[in-house]
Formats: sequence, structure tokens, C-alpha cells
Amino acid sequence: MSRVLPYPALAASLLLMWFLLNGFSLGHLVLGAAIALFATWAMVSLQPAKPRVRSWGAVLRLLGLVSVDVLRSNIAVARLILSPNSAQARSGFIPIELTLRDKTGLAVLACALTATPGTAWVEYRSRQNILLLHVLDVGDEQDWIDLIKQRYEPLLLEIFE
Amino acid sequence: MSDPTALPLWAAILISAFLLIGSGLTLLGAIGLLKFGSFYRRLHAPTLGTTFGAGGILIASIIFSLFSQTRPFLHELLISVFVTVTTPVTLMLLSRAALFRDRTEKNEDVPPFRG
Repeated sequence: MSRVLPYPALAASLLLMWFLLNGFSLGHLVLGAAIALFATWAMVSLQPAKPRVRSWGAVLRLLGLVSVDVLRSNIAVARLILSPNSAQARSGFIPIELTLRDKTGLAVLACALTATPGTAWVEYRSRQNILLLHVLDVGDEQDWIDLIKQRYEPLLLEIFE
Repeated sequence: MSDPTALPLWAAILISAFLLIGSGLTLLGAIGLLKFGSFYRRLHAPTLGTTFGAGGILIASIIFSLFSQTRPFLHELLISVFVTVTTPVTLMLLSRAALFRDRTEKNEDVPPFRG
């Protein structure tokens, strides 16, 4: 991309964010544009990989799936906290071997798993591509492996790889 | 219309319901933080507050600003995006620090690092 505007999508979304926060006026257009430009220049030195979204339909489907799962596990964890014998819930670590390697895809997966109460992304070993997940109430270990391998990962692969 | 008493009754009820759900979930998350026994289990409780706890309060705020029409309702969407994107950073930092500590202390409960 050009040297003046190395990340046009990032600059545009920063400018949009500026308008949302401050309202639209000519002054804020100038100020917001300046901030967006400087921020994208700063990003150049970080050299982030440019994510390429291949399927916006899959993005929407993933967003829907994750929202439903987050709502469900909110209720599950709230119940667990309220129940008097919450100490009996068996929590534990589950290692999961991933197929996904794209960095943005992994970041999205981390956001989804972290946003879900009851699952926490604890560690990722990039060499073996293994994710260590901590689950509050395990039940059947295979369910959690299926959640990632069959529910999230195919969509993420479709979007980013 | 910035006077809250000028809201129609059903809107006020809807807003209060979302506020109560959101703050209730956040409170439950805080109780869970107190109640759970180990560090890794305590990681899960505050997530209630950062997802639908915050979500409920933000939805209430969106409905209120739609009615009062004093400002655009999109601020709340920005807040939810920022919260979702930034929580994993702190969570991973905390959990990896705990893992490192437990492995250094040779704690049997955590899986060893197979590099």
C-alpha cells in the first residue's frame, strides 16, 4: 500500500470511531484524520499481518454462534455460583490441538473463548499448535474439544485461511 | 427530552429490567470471585461482568439514549467492542503468570510444559 496511507481500513475505522465519540464537525474531521494518520504510521513499525477476510457470511455466523454460547454460559456460570455445592464442579485443563494457524484467527478465537464465562484461554504453544484451555465445569472433556474443533474452528478457517 | 420521568412507562420498565439483569450478573461475578477456591477458577467469574453484565447495562443505556435523543446510541457499541477485545490481554497475562508460578513451584495440579 502507499506510504502515506499504509492501512486504509484501520485509518477509516479510527476516523469513524472519532466521529462516534465526538460527533461530526469540520474541526473533528481534521483532528480525527490527523489522529488516524499518525496512529496508522505508528502501526507500520509494529508490522502487523494484514488480515484478509474471505467470507463475511462466515463472520456473521461466527458472531451469532459466539453470542449464543456466551449467553448460555453466562446462565450456566451464574447458576453454578448460586448453587450451594459449587465446590463440587470439576474444573480442569484441556489441551486442544488446533489446525488454525492464522494469527488474526487465533486472536479472534482467544477473544471468543475469553468472552465466554467458564472457558479461559490459558496458554498457546505455537510450535505444536496446541491450545491449553481451562474449563470451570468440565463434565465431558470431549464436548469442549468438539466446541472448538467443530463449532468455531471450521468457520475461522473459512474466514482467515 | 432529558428528564427521565418523561419516559413512557413501558420503556422505563424495559430499561430498568436490562439494568437489573446487567448489574445482577456483575454482582454474581463478584460473588463468584469470592467464592471460588483456586486461582484458575476465579478467572472465570469476572467474565460475567465483562460480557452480559456490561451488555445488559449498555443495552439499557442504548434504549435510554434512543428515547432521550440527546446523543447517538453508538457509544455503547464501541464500549462493548473495546471491552471484548481488551479482556483477553489481561486474562492471558494473569493466567500465564499463575502457570509460570505453579510450574516453578512444581505444583502437580497444572499440566507441565512440553516444549
